[in-house]
Amino acid sequence: MSITRRQLLQGSGALVVLLPTWTGVLAQTPPPAVPGTVDLKQVDSWLSIHADNTATLRMGFAELGQGATTALLMVAAEELDLGMDQIRAAPLDTAHSPPQGGTYSSASVQRGRPQVAAAAAEARAALLAMAAQRLGVPTAQLQVVGGVVQVVDAPQRTVTYGQLIGDQQFKLVVSGTAPLKPREQYRLLGTAVPRPDLTDRVTGAKRFIQQTRLPGMVHGRVVRPAGQAAYGAGAVVQNIDEYTIAGIGDARVLRRGNFVAVVATREWDAIKAARALRVSWAPAAGLPDTDALHAAMRRDITTDNTQLNQGDVDAAFAAAPARQTVRFAADGPYQAHAPFAPNCALADVRADSALVICASQDIQNARRSIAPLIALKPEQIRVQFAEGAGTYGHSGYDDVAQAAAVLSQMVGQPVRVQFSRADEQGWDTYGPPHMGEVRLCADALGVITGYQYDGWQHNWSLVDTTTQQLGVAPATEWPVSPVEGVNPLVCGGQYAIAHRKLVNHRLNGLQYFKAGWLRSPLDLSFAFVSEQAVDQLAAQLGLDPVALRQRNITDARWRGVLDAATQAAKWQPRTKAVAAKGVWRSGRGVGLGTHLISYGAAVADIDVNIKTGQVRIRHLYGAIDAGAVVNPGIVEAQITGQLVQTASRMLLEEVPIEQGRSAARDWVSYPILRMQDCPAITPVVVQRMDQRSTGAGEETMAAAAAAIANAFFDATGRRMTRYPLTPARVLAALA
Amino acid sequence: MATLKVNGRSHTVTAAADEPLLYVLGNDLELAGPRFGCGLAQCGSCSVLVDGTEMRSCVTTLGQVGAREVTTLEGLPRWYALRHGKPVGEGAAVPLHPVQQALIDVAAPQCGYCMNGMAIKAAELLSHNLHPTEAQVRTALNGHLCRCGTYPRIIDAVLQAAAVMRKAKA
Repeated sequence: MSITRRQLLQGSGALVVLLPTWTGVLAQTPPPAVPGTVDLKQVDSWLSIHADNTATLRMGFAELGQGATTALLMVAAEELDLGMDQIRAAPLDTAHSPPQGGTYSSASVQRGRPQVAAAAAEARAALLAMAAQRLGVPTAQLQVVGGVVQVVDAPQRTVTYGQLIGDQQFKLVVSGTAPLKPREQYRLLGTAVPRPDLTDRVTGAKRFIQQTRLPGMVHGRVVRPAGQAAYGAGAVVQNIDEYTIAGIGDARVLRRGNFVAVVATREWDAIKAARALRVSWAPAAGLPDTDALHAAMRRDITTDNTQLNQGDVDAAFAAAPARQTVRFAADGPYQAHAPFAPNCALADVRADSALVICASQDIQNARRSIAPLIALKPEQIRVQFAEGAGTYGHSGYDDVAQAAAVLSQMVGQPVRVQFSRADEQGWDTYGPPHMGEVRLCADALGVITGYQYDGWQHNWSLVDTTTQQLGVAPATEWPVSPVEGVNPLVCGGQYAIAHRKLVNHRLNGLQYFKAGWLRSPLDLSFAFVSEQAVDQLAAQLGLDPVALRQRNITDARWRGVLDAATQAAKWQPRTKAVAAKGVWRSGRGVGLGTHLISYGAAVADIDVNIKTGQVRIRHLYGAIDAGAVVNPGIVEAQITGQLVQTASRMLLEEVPIEQGRSAARDWVSYPILRMQDCPAITPVVVQRMDQRSTGAGEETMAAAAAAIANAFFDATGRRMTRYPLTPARVLAALA
Repeated sequence: MATLKVNGRSHTVTAAADEPLLYVLGNDLELAGPRFGCGLAQCGSCSVLVDGTEMRSCVTTLGQVGAREVTTLEGLPRWYALRHGKPVGEGAAVPLHPVQQALIDVAAPQCGYCMNGMAIKAAELLSHNLHPTEAQVRTALNGHLCRCGTYPRIIDAVLQAAAVMRKAKA
């Protein structure tokens, strides 16, 4: 597909008037934008049909490497009866993209599909009406193939979408009443259409945010202490020895409040200066060391909240004999997003306007968060999205964008800021740690009658480090967030349990590390606790863990994913740990879990070396039911990524805490799974075209975490009460 | 001032001899293949071929490269074509390196940031071993990280590319 020269000129012309020329994402020039605020109710906000019979779809969701752009292009192409080579996505930009909300909670297709389908259907209906008038036949006698409207009985009589509306506006409200295509007529939805954006990702043609440049820009680097301490403490400058960077090109120090940075014309000079600059930081309140963290969390004062109290849990336990009762407690660590490319942003701040290019999951939020730092109104700031490496949640993309904006204002030039690997690993908004205690009881047949889960964690952080360092806002926790409570879907919600109680014990997050959502937030921990207890019940009752779960499921969709995963793995009933000799012990385990809405199940095959404590994950099977899956090929890739990342998080990932501070600096102090240790992966998509589409980017991770833990028990007869499953912890569990 | 040979062209650059190659390739030559990941030679996202050997451009200085030939992701098709006696001149349609094509065919990339290093390292491996076992692929690429979890598909792609290259040779 090519962009016509005319569009290119139109687009770049508009940009030159408003803003400095910029490269990188400019390669995909947007079509003329709807003037003024982008109105979700207008067809023109979403779609343009061009004279060459191609279309541009504008979306508010960010492509984060997950392939959601392809899925939403498919949705539009399906409704409009266009080929995939006739439609492209406009770059994400506050100037013209519909504000659909942030790209999290695996929501792009879940929320985006109905919106895009409604706008495209409205456009199609309008185009058919125009065609009917032009061709002099009723719309019922028309059909569309590749954007060419034909008279059914006289296929030589045609008119194209481009001829009907070519680059004119529809001026049409999305009524929501335009008929959607019946699913029996789908050509694209439900098929594994190849992602059109892959070629550029393996040739060097694609420019990530890290490779985007603004003319006349300088390079900036932030300077922070090595590794964060407590979020509430921030970092307070005592003294800066500016002479320590003397002679490094034209590098200079910039400081506002406790925000410290260096800028230089050459990137290498900025890097050298950031390393060399000596800053004395005031001592800051820290955290307990890695292995003392959870004991300290347990001693802390908490705000307790009973989220759910259904039936009479205490009575259920009073009635159950000890053999039919399980109590289990386990802990999860701080983990980092550790995006493969450190976050980066560019900004050009002028007296009364600003351009910020960044990789935020939510460009509207980025705009709001930057405005108070540079004394502009949000609407004076244009934010353009440029892809970074996969972020898997709230990494430092807004933090770095804030830094770029402030530095550009200070130097009066465009500035590009990129975090160092140590900034990224050490100052991440980490996924918070967790302590869970669960008790459950069952009847003699294994039907769970009572369930209680108590979870301890702290909340997410609202204010990014740059804003905090500038003194614009103090460290603040989210007022309301999903991690205020435990996830009811993962904590027993997979099963029909008559008496269930969920209690959350919220810790004061200002005393802990800065935190944010990390892919399938906290669900790995919830499932690590809860699903091991369910497994333990099966072991105590001498039941196959799959059979016990089937006995407790009433929801056909939970049953469906469990069946899909266990069938893929050729699960054979097993009732006790296999007696094995030798150093390597093999085990197999199962788990059920999800994130917010879809359904996930997993089976794990692992080997445990009882002499060294090494754990090898041999094979992971993961099944997802995400309703109608628009593109099963992309969802299989998503499942694969989820399972590999879960293997990494269960075996290796943990933010080390030393002397109160994060000691994560690089890929040695915060390692991730390598190719030699990567398990075989079998992804399974449970397709339900009759259901609405729901999230598919994180819903097998909790299940896989649990399956790995249960496989460990199967292999060794011991339960792990803390992950990652490092050799030292494994040996301690086996002792 | 230094002269640098990249993808068959000579460039005069003003960077000092102790500047790592990566920043010259990215900023002076505006190439997007080699990319910053850690600056510590730990992740492989900045890999290039220097006279056919994979090197980490984030820690390899201009002075160390000297007059040797640098090949980046952008130059991989040309590098492969030259080694196999195919035309690479102006106007010649140079197909992708088989490993790049295989990465697309198996839909390996998610975000794709690691693909530079993966393709460069795999091209190096396949330049001296057309019959790699899966274990050899895993060993060769073990120093290249991927955060999206695309390893299984990368392994498939490298094995597939090896088969294509064997066929082309036969």
